[in-house]
Amino acid sequence: MKQPLTFTLNGEERVLYVDTRATLLEAVRDYLGLTGTKEGCGNGNCGACTVWLDGEPAYSCLVLAVEAQGARVMTVEGLAEGGRLDPLQRALIEEGGLQCGFCTPGLLMMARSFLDRHRRPTEREIRGAIAGNLCRCTGYDKIVRAIQRAARGQTPPQAEG
Amino acid sequence: MRAFEYRAPTTLSEALKLLAEAKGEVRPLAGGTDLVPQVREGRKRPTMVLDVKRISELRRLEYDPGMGLRLGAAVSCSVIASHPQVRRYFPALAQACALVGSIQIQNRATVGGNICNASPSADTVPPLLCLDARAFIAGGRGQREVALESFFRGPGRTILARDELLVEVVVPPPPKFSAASYMRFIPRSEMDIAVAGVASLVVLDGGRQCQEARIALAAVAPQPSRAPEAEAALQGRPLDAKALEEAGELAAKMAKPITDIRGGAEYRRELVKVLTRRTLEQCLEALKRGPR
Repeated sequence: MKQPLTFTLNGEERVLYVDTRATLLEAVRDYLGLTGTKEGCGNGNCGACTVWLDGEPAYSCLVLAVEAQGARVMTVEGLAEGGRLDPLQRALIEEGGLQCGFCTPGLLMMARSFLDRHRRPTEREIRGAIAGNLCRCTGYDKIVRAIQRAARGQTPPQAEG
Repeated sequence: MRAFEYRAPTTLSEALKLLAEAKGEVRPLAGGTDLVPQVREGRKRPTMVLDVKRISELRRLEYDPGMGLRLGAAVSCSVIASHPQVRRYFPALAQACALVGSIQIQNRATVGGNICNASPSADTVPPLLCLDARAFIAGGRGQREVALESFFRGPGRTILARDELLVEVVVPPPPKFSAASYMRFIPRSEMDIAVAGVASLVVLDGGRQCQEARIALAAVAPQPSRAPEAEAALQGRPLDAKALEEAGELAAKMAKPITDIRGGAEYRRELVKVLTRRTLEQCLEALKRGPR
């Protein structure tokens, strides 16, 4: 059964005709060709498919595409603005916070959202925040250092408006 | 995976009508963190998926000092865990909501879904059992309410009839001079399913003796339940180390765990004993810091 679906993807309105069985992950990758978002486990354990759904990180493999009717969806492709990488993307490169890169898009979406809500996080808070994003290459230390580096570059809490 | 129709009604009456008139198998969808993989892996084969997230009665989260907390079945664990009055009056519930999966899971998963999925290891259920929560159900033949403990029939099974929906859970205001705690054991520090879980609630009387204790167990029986023998053993006593130890032993005796991939039955029984004692200790600590 197919059904029309209208939602905003990385700030742009998209209209689709999707199978009700399709996940949001499949809508983004297979219907719309944005392959930055990855499928790892496909059952909500690995975090590779993390996107923002109405501003909140969610596993896109656990969301039916049709549930996103009217929603704002942001994927890793929406992070860089005007060709300029997000500071967290730069920090991951500078700290070597990736090897194979498969977990990186999902990790970026989780960690960016976390940093937006926690301007000066502790290491413990960082590790807790990325608990739902598995990385089998780095052992996490370099990822944590990258998130710490990006946090240092952020406006401190007292300067926030 | 079988094809299914997807409907997202905006009113409760529309949802109940769809349930009543459906020919095949209808599965209500809240956060989807259990249902979507179950459907995709063929463990559930609905002909209709009924998204309940757009129904206002199921989205309500309100605290009233007289009535208590009205917790709509489609409210996400993140929203519950960060709600100021939930954190203030029901910290054990907030704690349990923040334990479910990861942040990504908590942003979607709901307490209503956790209840209706009826997993014996559901983390949000034991604190609700200790808080004497009641389930409000709507259906073709009207509404009914039951104590949450009698909502479950076994793993994955509830008392809901085909044409019924869980609308909300109502949690009465916490008793005066009480504190509650939930702890679970998992081999990892995050992202796992409880090997055993225990929630406790302690009400002290003026003389620092236990006026009432409530203890609820998860993952050690076909369904989550209270441990009345352990509760009774604490009533009217000072809560010293000996009393806590005894309560733990009685709770462990009541547990009917199975041996599976997550742990052996004997191991789980031992966990119940330890977690019962520790949650009771946490309640006493909280009461020392400042009873409500």
